[in-house]
Amino acid sequence: MTEESFEPKIVGFLCNWCSYAGADLAGTSRTKYKPNVRVIRVMCSGRVDPLFVLKAFEKGADGVLIAGCHPGDCHYMSGNYKTRRRMELMRRMLEQFGINPERLRLEWVSAAEGARFAHVVNDMTEKIRELGPSPINGGATDE
Amino acid sequence: MSKPKIAFYWAGSCGGCEVAVVDLGEKIYDVVDAFDIVFWPVAIDTKYDDIRNLEDGEIEVCFFNGCIRNEENEEIARLLRQKSKVMIAFGSCSHLGGIPGLGNLSSRDETLDYVYRKTPVSGNEGGTMPCTTCVKDGNTIDLPALRTEVSALNDVVDVDYYIPGCPPPLPVIEGAVAALMNGELPRKGAVLSTEKTVCDECDKEKRKKMVGKARRIYDDDVDPSRCLLEQGIPCMGPATRGGCEAACPSANMPCTGCMGPPPASQEQGSRMVTAITSLIGVENEREATAEEVAEALASLRDPVGFFYMYSLPTSFLKRRYNDE
Amino acid sequence: MSEIEINPITRLEGHGNIKIFTDDDGTLKQAYLQIPELRAFEKFCVGRQAEYMPQLTSRICGVCPVPHHLASIKTLDMAYNAPPTERATALRRIMHYGYMIEDHLLHFYYLGGPDLLLGPDTPVGKRNIIGIIETYGKEIASTIMEHRKYGQEMVRMLGGKAIHPAFGIPGGVSKGLTEEEREEVRSMAESCIEFAQTTLSIFHDKVMESDFFADALKSSEYELETYNLGTVNKDNQPEYYDGELRMTDTTGTQLARFVPFDYLEYIGEAVEEYSYMKFPFYRKLGWKGLVESPENGVYRVGPLGRYNASTSYSTPLANEEGKLLEKTLGRPCNMTLAYHWTRLTEVLNVSEMLRDLAESDILVEGELRNPVGEIQGRGVGSVEAARGTLIHDYVVDDDGLIKDVNLIVPTTHNAAAISLSIAKAARAELASGNTNVDQMNRVEVALRAYDPCFGCATH
Ligand code: SF4
Ligand code: SF4
Ligand code: SF4
Ligand code: FES
Repeated sequence: MTEESFEPKIVGFLCNWCSYAGADLAGTSRTKYKPNVRVIRVMCSGRVDPLFVLKAFEKGADGVLIAGCHPGDCHYMSGNYKTRRRMELMRRMLEQFGINPERLRLEWVSAAEGARFAHVVNDMTEKIRELGPSPINGGATDE
Repeated sequence: MSKPKIAFYWAGSCGGCEVAVVDLGEKIYDVVDAFDIVFWPVAIDTKYDDIRNLEDGEIEVCFFNGCIRNEENEEIARLLRQKSKVMIAFGSCSHLGGIPGLGNLSSRDETLDYVYRKTPVSGNEGGTMPCTTCVKDGNTIDLPALRTEVSALNDVVDVDYYIPGCPPPLPVIEGAVAALMNGELPRKGAVLSTEKTVCDECDKEKRKKMVGKARRIYDDDVDPSRCLLEQGIPCMGPATRGGCEAACPSANMPCTGCMGPPPASQEQGSRMVTAITSLIGVENEREATAEEVAEALASLRDPVGFFYMYSLPTSFLKRRYNDE
Repeated sequence: MSEIEINPITRLEGHGNIKIFTDDDGTLKQAYLQIPELRAFEKFCVGRQAEYMPQLTSRICGVCPVPHHLASIKTLDMAYNAPPTERATALRRIMHYGYMIEDHLLHFYYLGGPDLLLGPDTPVGKRNIIGIIETYGKEIASTIMEHRKYGQEMVRMLGGKAIHPAFGIPGGVSKGLTEEEREEVRSMAESCIEFAQTTLSIFHDKVMESDFFADALKSSEYELETYNLGTVNKDNQPEYYDGELRMTDTTGTQLARFVPFDYLEYIGEAVEEYSYMKFPFYRKLGWKGLVESPENGVYRVGPLGRYNASTSYSTPLANEEGKLLEKTLGRPCNMTLAYHWTRLTEVLNVSEMLRDLAESDILVEGELRNPVGEIQGRGVGSVEAARGTLIHDYVVDDDGLIKDVNLIVPTTHNAAAISLSIAKAARAELASGNTNVDQMNRVEVALRAYDPCFGCATH
């Protein structure tokens, strides 16, 4: 695959109460953003099992985005704090696996932040485009 | 009438699984009475050619321990699969890849280079390396190649059952052997041990309280009567299947996860991320910045090496990549 | 020219094969011992948390996990500047002695011993533990199993598991013995002393008296002149847990005596293309390939190496047996099959040491560990495993992660000697017209005497 034709595949887990609503707002207010994120709605960012992240990479995702309510705003009180701890540890592990931790991104997006959601998606798409395809599954190996 | 045949083999193994079988002690008499052991290199002088000469499926059950590290391991795994009706992956190495599976954190070339050239060997100035074919004193000698990846048994052949542990605990082996002799084996693909976790079997006091950061087992004042994880000592108990009666915590040491993932989860590392981050983080989380959280979790110095100590080759990511 | 292959070699630990090349007239051209496996602990331990090294490296070998665990923890004691408490040292010794008894018995009754107890030409289906049970009866078999279990029970009491215990922490250990457990250890030790004597008398009556063994002791087929290495106490007696390393020459004269930390000055390791196993040698003489010569730095470790590198045994009963050995075979002794006799003498030696230690209150009193100090980087730790000297060498970084690892394992020390012994035995067997794999068991008899562990040897 050549650099130009590479379209990053990003899996986005969006919490129902803030970030999914934010994405919705971006859509209804016709804010333009890249089509590279396949959105999966979850009830809370705290519902994202670290296994989902690994599974997404295993199935060929070039990046994984998790978006939840701002600290203090989680509908379930502390779900997003839990997510912050988990994803921090996941990023450290990805690094040990020789996978650029930038491929896993955690963002806080509220229901009112449609434009911010669009910005996050665009920015992440470009960063992953620069990184190139994920090395997992047929990508570059070290042999 | 001749007795049904069984075989024991070790691939990339430490031999501990073999000793665990020897440790059946007098119970081995029952096995010897009921079966004809046709292959068991640690104890019996049968050679590979004797196995090649058997009919396909002539062996009733093969207990296979050790990981698939080199081409010979793979070749013999295929041979024994062909000759056996039931193939059992015995022990963490064949079940999950085992501790040698940590070899997947570096490439084959890095590995060979380190072992033969970087360790302080003072007798190898010429940089000699083992070769898959060489000529020595005019004789041509072949040597099995290392595979580029370490694998568990089910990566190269079809496996019927798994007996977990490093090595499998005696009661687990006895249970499996009894099931086998009475023809009471469960569905294909089953892991022959309990459905509980190590934590379920561990009698340390649990308080469900969070700590600020991880500690090392040599840090002071660990209370041996309390859950180690709740005191900040990483312990794989919540992400590990039981059957060992929490052997390591009972010796005041953390579980390192040898029995593999518990029934409800597919791999140990992600399970452990969930478990450990529910106990280790920052104490005053609501005021903490992202950097402070990162710092607290950086106290886990080697998460991949610890969480996947026995199961890297069968984890979702399997090995180290090279993401430029 | 033709080739005979023995694959795999059996009744030992790990993988190996023997490739024998003959000339047109059927005489030996060359025989090679080849170890086809490598798991590469030295590499994949780099980056791990140092405190897990005792458990990681114990997986080098499930037959001798305890010496790896202990050599590793001694290495960390040094790297972390944390000398163990007296009680911790005593407890580690209990674990080590328990293991030595169990492992030596495993070899004599299950692995190498059946060749001698039943004869090397016993049919292939019978020359093993099952044959021993049939020939000697279930009663003695049960006693063998019982005493192996004693050894393992001591390991389990302390480390939670008989195989791959979890026990050592820099500066000490994780668990002690209760008064009842100490009493149990003491009575198991008494029983082991008795069983060691029984085993020795079986050896005298059944093995020494057999035609095969009597001939083998006289023939050059099983003789090899090398240097010897072993750990000794201040009186130059074999020590198993701690001490200085002593290298002696073919006449028993001391060539070197050094602390394990200095091992690199005395030991080099050569690499050959046809095997994953390295070939250590005495550095002052260098590596001259597989030749038996006083110019070549080939040496032996293990029970015979320890016997040759020492002057007497440290306990009364073992010392008596040692005197008999010396009277019969001399010291140094170059008869490879004398490994068996010295091995059984060590069972007695260690059982006596175990009993003496079990009587000491140090086991139940005092601290289990000392606090760790500032990490000082490199540590080297060594113990005598059943099969010989075991050296671990790590560099630990400031975060307590492993940066470098080097391991020299007993069977690796013996790599050159074993190869030479195989070639000698193969030459003799070919000369008597024995060429099929079954007859070649007599070649395997030579290597089994060493109680080799090839999983360990390549690690
Ligand atoms: S599972 Fe453990 S005991 Fe069994 S061979 Fe592997 S390392 Fe050894
Ligand atoms: S985490 Fe470890 S110490 Fe705590 S209960 Fe579970 S097994 Fe026991
Ligand atoms: S406690 Fe953990 S590491 Fe220890 S034996 Fe049990 S499962 Fe294995
Ligand atoms: S509900 Fe949005 S992160 Fe919990």
